[in-house]
Amino acid sequence: MDALAENKVRIPSMAGSSAKLQAVDAGIETGLKGLTPAKITEVISRVLSAETGARLMAYFSACTHCGLCSEACHFYLSMDGDPAWSPMGKVKQTLWEMVKKKGRVSPAFIQRAARIAYTECNLCRRCSLYCPIGIDVAYLLSVVRRICHALGVIPLYLQDTVNSHSATFNQMWVKADEWVDTLQWQEEDARDEIPGLRIPLEKEGAEIMYSVIAPEPKFQAGLLYKAAVIMNTAGVDWTMPARPGWDNSDMAMYSGDFEIMGRLKRLYFETAVRLRVKKIVMCECGHAFRSIYDTGNRWLGWRMPPIETQHAIDFYHELLEKGRIRIAKKFQPLVTLHDPCNMVRGFGLHERARDVVKALCENFVEMTPNREYNYCCTAGGGVINCGPPYKQTRMLGARVKALQMQTAGAKIVIAPCHNCHSGLEDINQHYRLGLHIRYLADILYEVMEKPGAKELSEQEAA
Amino acid sequence: MHELYMIVSGPMMWATCVVFSGGVIYQLGRLLRLLLRKERSLLSYMSLRYSLRSIAHWIIPFGTLNMRRNPLITLVSFSFHICLLIVPVFLTAHVVLWEEAWNISWSCLPGPVADGITLVVPAACIFFAWRRLRRPEVRFVSDPADFMFLVLVALPFLSGFYCCRHWPGYEVVMIVHIVSGQALLVSLPFTRLAHMILVWFTRSYMGSEFGAVRHARDY
Repeated sequence: MDALAENKVRIPSMAGSSAKLQAVDAGIETGLKGLTPAKITEVISRVLSAETGARLMAYFSACTHCGLCSEACHFYLSMDGDPAWSPMGKVKQTLWEMVKKKGRVSPAFIQRAARIAYTECNLCRRCSLYCPIGIDVAYLLSVVRRICHALGVIPLYLQDTVNSHSATFNQMWVKADEWVDTLQWQEEDARDEIPGLRIPLEKEGAEIMYSVIAPEPKFQAGLLYKAAVIMNTAGVDWTMPARPGWDNSDMAMYSGDFEIMGRLKRLYFETAVRLRVKKIVMCECGHAFRSIYDTGNRWLGWRMPPIETQHAIDFYHELLEKGRIRIAKKFQPLVTLHDPCNMVRGFGLHERARDVVKALCENFVEMTPNREYNYCCTAGGGVINCGPPYKQTRMLGARVKALQMQTAGAKIVIAPCHNCHSGLEDINQHYRLGLHIRYLADILYEVMEKPGAKELSEQEAA
Repeated sequence: MHELYMIVSGPMMWATCVVFSGGVIYQLGRLLRLLLRKERSLLSYMSLRYSLRSIAHWIIPFGTLNMRRNPLITLVSFSFHICLLIVPVFLTAHVVLWEEAWNISWSCLPGPVADGITLVVPAACIFFAWRRLRRPEVRFVSDPADFMFLVLVALPFLSGFYCCRHWPGYEVVMIVHIVSGQALLVSLPFTRLAHMILVWFTRSYMGSEFGAVRHARDY
């Protein structure tokens, strides 16, 4: 609450309307039709007994019901302190009851549990910093998602993404030829600017495999262009896979379909091994990093990823530090930085992100809170992927984020994560903040020296 | 009355010790068994350095962001837990009992100090109960047992204070004092008071994951 009270700028609360938010979701409705009380009990008991253990026991036995996790949650803060949105409040309405009643809960209960676990928690782990006991609420709500997945009660849009993963090994139904075509199209365009530029495909023995997530070829192809310019300018020995295994996104991790998650990550790591690269560099995406560094690798039995994996923030940091990329003229407008959960609470890249921003931009201002304590974009954890039925809830839950960005005072918000980028853009439009959300790559491309690049007039003439 | 006293302070005290220590061992054994059978991989993430970092931050008053944000709760919680542990061990009347029974002794709290900190515990319990009722986010996750635990914790301290003063009927209150203390010890391993045992493990695990794997703060 303090954060809201301290803000001079007011964004009206619409928390009162939260009770009316009853999204109709065909995926959940259809799933509910197949449920019987016996099936619910059987599935809950099976998941709890086969897949949970010491952690769940310790968390439930040790939680003192103190409520001190509440003010960590952006949903709770945005909904004016409605306790139903607090982290442990969400556990109480879901897993807590399932465990207490030994799985004897109704289909209506499952409907509500699915809505809460999939769409009202971003698994951002901010509450982990607030709980005195050290309870991982994100883990507990992941267990609820796993149960809902096993019951077949999953938001339609999220499940469609998982279906795409299952059928195509990428998130957005990108066809095999479309992928290669897009890369070649971007290569051709970029050669107008930098003659001799290449996007090397299937180059065995390259030092680096660069991997992106499916939204890039699907609707943000310009990011592939920029990555190619950065790689070529820095003289990196790199390659991209031409066959499935190029996409490291993973919505199965968030839907609770860990079997699909395992298939995706196996192919991903095997692709890097097939190309005999020394390391993987991945685009500015947070959840994909969580999938290969924290969740997917563990499911496959790897304590840590079997091959070195570097996030774009860290990679840009390395290129700048080693002088492989030089800055021609720093970016002048005032910028602020959004710390993505998965890169900060997930991998501690907050200081490196600041180093990169300060190397690229002349004028930088912090948003508050920041670093590990930053508020989630309200899109992560698969929530934005649950689609339009839940957008209104997501926007209401983002009020505190909107205030945080607005009070920072910068018109440009750098968000080095795809999910955050889309989520913050939604917030920007919904609350009419007048901001521009940018990737690091956008700004890096704009301010870097590009030796050998043609001037714009030459490109146009060509 | 004397016979009753002999029973509660004799066989019942032994039974309490057996159930309490058996319960603690049982819960630790259960945790370890579950860990080894189902989540053995978690052990590979445990880091002594980051476990201690996490515990240190959370055991020092105002060592974490959330403690600094809630100074009143921090003060009350720390006072409550410190007094809860100090009073039973260092109270003169208790030290005398140890000396009489086992011929071992240690320093005691001066009388007025002991009186003061004895009352801190029930006072904190009243604060916790008030907070549970008043704050919606706490009330939402509270159940009747949470209030019962507060009574259970406060009772031995209130009755002990009464007995110390030899106020009327203190002999009866003494029985209440001993029995309520025993009830507290017996229930500890089997209820959410078990956080006393488990918090060291949950904190260590969270500290290890955040420190060694995620390179971030958990405080």
